[in-house]
Amino acid sequence: MSVGRTGATARRVLRQLRHDPRTVGLLLAVPCVLQILVHALFANNPQVFQRLGVPLLGLFPFVTMFIVTSITMLRERTSGTLERLLTTPIARGDLLAGYALAFALVAAMQATLVSVLSFGLLGLESDHRLGVVALAIGNAILGMALGLFASAYARTEFQAVQFMPAFVLPQILLCGLLVPREEMADWLRVLSAFLPLTYAYDALARLSSEVRVGTRFWFDVAVVIGVTILSLALGAATLRRRTP
Amino acid sequence: MSAAISIRGLRVVRGGREVLHDIDLEVEPGAVTGLLGPSGSGKTTLLRCVVGAQVVAAGMVGVLGRQAGASALRALVGYQTQAPSVYTDLTVAENLAYFGAILGVDRSRETESIEIVGLSGLEQQLASTLSGGELARLSLAAALLNNPKLLVLDEPTVGLDPVLRRDLWETFHALANGGTTLLVSSHVMDEAERCDRLVLIRNGSILALGSPDELRGRTGSESLDDAFLTLVDRVEP
Repeated sequence: MSVGRTGATARRVLRQLRHDPRTVGLLLAVPCVLQILVHALFANNPQVFQRLGVPLLGLFPFVTMFIVTSITMLRERTSGTLERLLTTPIARGDLLAGYALAFALVAAMQATLVSVLSFGLLGLESDHRLGVVALAIGNAILGMALGLFASAYARTEFQAVQFMPAFVLPQILLCGLLVPREEMADWLRVLSAFLPLTYAYDALARLSSEVRVGTRFWFDVAVVIGVTILSLALGAATLRRRTP
Repeated sequence: MSAAISIRGLRVVRGGREVLHDIDLEVEPGAVTGLLGPSGSGKTTLLRCVVGAQVVAAGMVGVLGRQAGASALRALVGYQTQAPSVYTDLTVAENLAYFGAILGVDRSRETESIEIVGLSGLEQQLASTLSGGELARLSLAAALLNNPKLLVLDEPTVGLDPVLRRDLWETFHALANGGTTLLVSSHVMDEAERCDRLVLIRNGSILALGSPDELRGRTGSESLDDAFLTLVDRVEP
């Protein structure tokens, strides 16, 4: 791997985004609008917003980066640029790290903006605001890693878009955001234990409700990091220099 | 001099069908070798084998004394795929800046490559707004960036106007005179005349090898088109 090639890749991805201001606008504005909607929806029941606000803030980047990465990577595969890149000296790790760097930056902007809005204007409270932003960035990289892996199994952009409900929606349903995991049927609770978003949500919920986070929080964070590394490795394995 | 590309007993299976049958081929260095054949004859697959992007079923592909796809070759081989493989949401200059950084070449090479393919003045234009021919030339410029020892070009002149096509062929020969080996595919027979050596391929097998004059002489034909037809008739009477 090389720092120069990783940096060049990150710069290239950011330049592509810069030429697409509408996508950047959507990436930054949509989570804010959704957060305002949730706040307005529970205007008569502010504790609900206090419970949902922090996890939502941390999960937006996960969802958007999953979609953005799976589509970008699919385009890279179908346009032939990936085939060209893989005949050059670039290491697969350079390519992945470059993507991770660029999207982490976008996620940081996204999370910062939603944080300022939520904590500043909407009255959301947490003793760990910086921790929430950091976790949001971590979740973005998790979403990117899973999106990258998923893109290997999509032949068309239609399929890639369908991976959003297929991969992401079940995780959001089962992570504990809608129904606490203790209240789920046994088989659902067992199933949710195998889904990475469950741990991402649990960590965020603890940042939202606990004054001093304990070992369970750090266990969650370790799982999120572990799954990210695992899916990046699996994603790298799908970038084949030789294809049939 | 030893061959730049040396292929022995190459077989490739794609989608359960053998698309290259027992190919033997030597490509001499410092010359323009044309890979000619109709669409679907296996040209692209053969080129992909040379750059090491293709899974092969059997056989040996040697490139510049190493096995095709070896990591040491990645800095020495330039490859232009048939579809222009550039980022359409970046400008001409940004595309070359990225591929240049990946190949580790001097920034001045980017300007030189743009000049060689005749895209000067369009540096700041978004690739998606280029015409098909300009896009193909941008893709070629990216393959030229690192002064490769071997240039593998898949139908580089499709859809280009005749003046530009002539200029590009002059560029190819200038590169060959400088020691670069070029392997260029085409399905247009009038381009065959411009090659030093020809490889005629049909249905995944090599039909004939030789210079344009040799092929015409061997078949007693006036044009290479006729030579090709005669050769096909001999194989499939």
